Amino acid sequence: MPKANLSKDEVKAMLILACERIIAAEPMLSEADRNLGDGDHGMGMERGMRASIEKLNAAEVESIEKAFATVGMAMMSSMGGASGAIFGTFFRNGGKALNGKDTFDAAGLAAFLKAGVDGVKQRGGAAIGDKTCVDAMEPAAIKAAEVAGESLPEAIKAVAAATEAGKEASKPMIAKFGRAKTLGEGCIGFPDAGACSVVVIIDAFRDFIVA
Amino acid sequence: MSHANPAKKIINNPLKCADELFEGLVIAYDGKARRVGTRSIVMNDLRPDAPALLVGGGAGHEPIYHGLVGKGMADGAAVGEIFAAPPPDIVLEATQAVNRGKGVLFLYGNYAGDVMNFDIGAELAADEGIIVKTVIIADDVCSAPPSEKHKRRGVAGLVPITKIAGGAAMSVDSLDELARITQKACDNTRTVGVSTKPGSIPATGKPTFELADDIIGLGMGIHGEKGVALIPMCTADELAVKILDLLFADDLALNAGDEIVFFVNSLGSTHMMELLILLRAAKPILEQRGIKIHQTIVDNIVTCQEMAGVSFSITKLDAELKKFWDLPCESVGYTKL
Repeated sequence: MPKANLSKDEVKAMLILACERIIAAEPMLSEADRNLGDGDHGMGMERGMRASIEKLNAAEVESIEKAFATVGMAMMSSMGGASGAIFGTFFRNGGKALNGKDTFDAAGLAAFLKAGVDGVKQRGGAAIGDKTCVDAMEPAAIKAAEVAGESLPEAIKAVAAATEAGKEASKPMIAKFGRAKTLGEGCIGFPDAGACSVVVIIDAFRDFIVA
Repeated sequence: MSHANPAKKIINNPLKCADELFEGLVIAYDGKARRVGTRSIVMNDLRPDAPALLVGGGAGHEPIYHGLVGKGMADGAAVGEIFAAPPPDIVLEATQAVNRGKGVLFLYGNYAGDVMNFDIGAELAADEGIIVKTVIIADDVCSAPPSEKHKRRGVAGLVPITKIAGGAAMSVDSLDELARITQKACDNTRTVGVSTKPGSIPATGKPTFELADDIIGLGMGIHGEKGVALIPMCTADELAVKILDLLFADDLALNAGDEIVFFVNSLGSTHMMELLILLRAAKPILEQRGIKIHQTIVDNIVTCQEMAGVSFSITKLDAELKKFWDLPCESVGYTKL
């Protein structure tokens, strides 16, 4: 039965599902990074998500904001590197936009994604078209704002499709950040590994909400 | 994970390399430095009421950066995972441990992950009332043109820069002064590197990049970032000319009478034999221009596992930089009497 909105405990369960999906996707994410970077993105994300599950399960979740912030802090602390800072900022900043909310709905999804991607852009300086995770995050946030008035299941389905389209759109791009930048035209045809991780996370959100 | 590791690394758990090398490093300091928190190393016996010098970066490039802690060098280092910047909470724990009320200078190489994590660490430190200033090392001539110096990577020049910053940190009383001198050391330092073979990622044994057997990557970064040209294998004498030409062509004015620190660095597996043959070739070329080597360093200090290749770094000394260069220093990675 699709969920119209989520309680803080359901948000926690949704986040744990996203963590498990990333852990399962480690080989795919590492392979994606090998095409463009040094091939350790999947291992870093796995480390971050294992730490997140441990922190989420360590105590009762206090609030929706805290659930997202817990993942953000755990990723940032356990991963390090550019990915730790970027995904940590995404979840922490996104969580802050849900301060005081006791249910997570389509408007909350939009607020989370907008604040999350704004934080990432400010921290790393990347914009859409630079072949980074922003190419998946930003279309997700834009779509979420468009469908904020719809039901949560309808909204997340539209957002997941936009995220996937954003990731696909990163394939022909020439990277402007990270190691991929040194490949020049050699990176054409491959999606950004960070964008692949965003797709895995948003797909997990969709599957949890729609199921 | 498969046990087969083509790089034949002598390790235990591939995923524990950063933690285990860190534990070994603390032992190697023989009580002169100690472990702080998760993965920071801080010198014992810090000068009271002085501004602090904190360095850091990913592991796997030993002995930098965490091997450059000691008297006359850095006060502490924040250590990341293999090839990944230290997270902000490690930066914070190191910052708190080195701070003696006069603030902390962050000094690290220009990589996106390092900049983001140290910046977040600086924000966390500010919340704790600790003043932080940052100087970013960007000495790799081939990574961007002089007009886009902010895009250049930090490579082997970090050794003379950290030595001068460490000399200043044991001498000056304000963070502003420490930052000014350190920035000047960066402005006066240039590096050009070449690669002949890749290193490997310890966890997988996979090469960090690919390079044909008969090719040298001129200007390549220490992780295999693209350089300026792929050239056929050549002799040491020929290569020394090519590297120095790139250094002379950059925007650091090197005139007759200038004194420099000249650092010939191996990226890991290139042997001291080759470094010395290259040094032999470089010295007369520098002399021809009237450039005087004040001090030579020939060592492997900035490495990437078993990567093969070398870099030449030049730090031009003025009277002030020379004064701080000439102070003795002691660390696992570099010691000067």
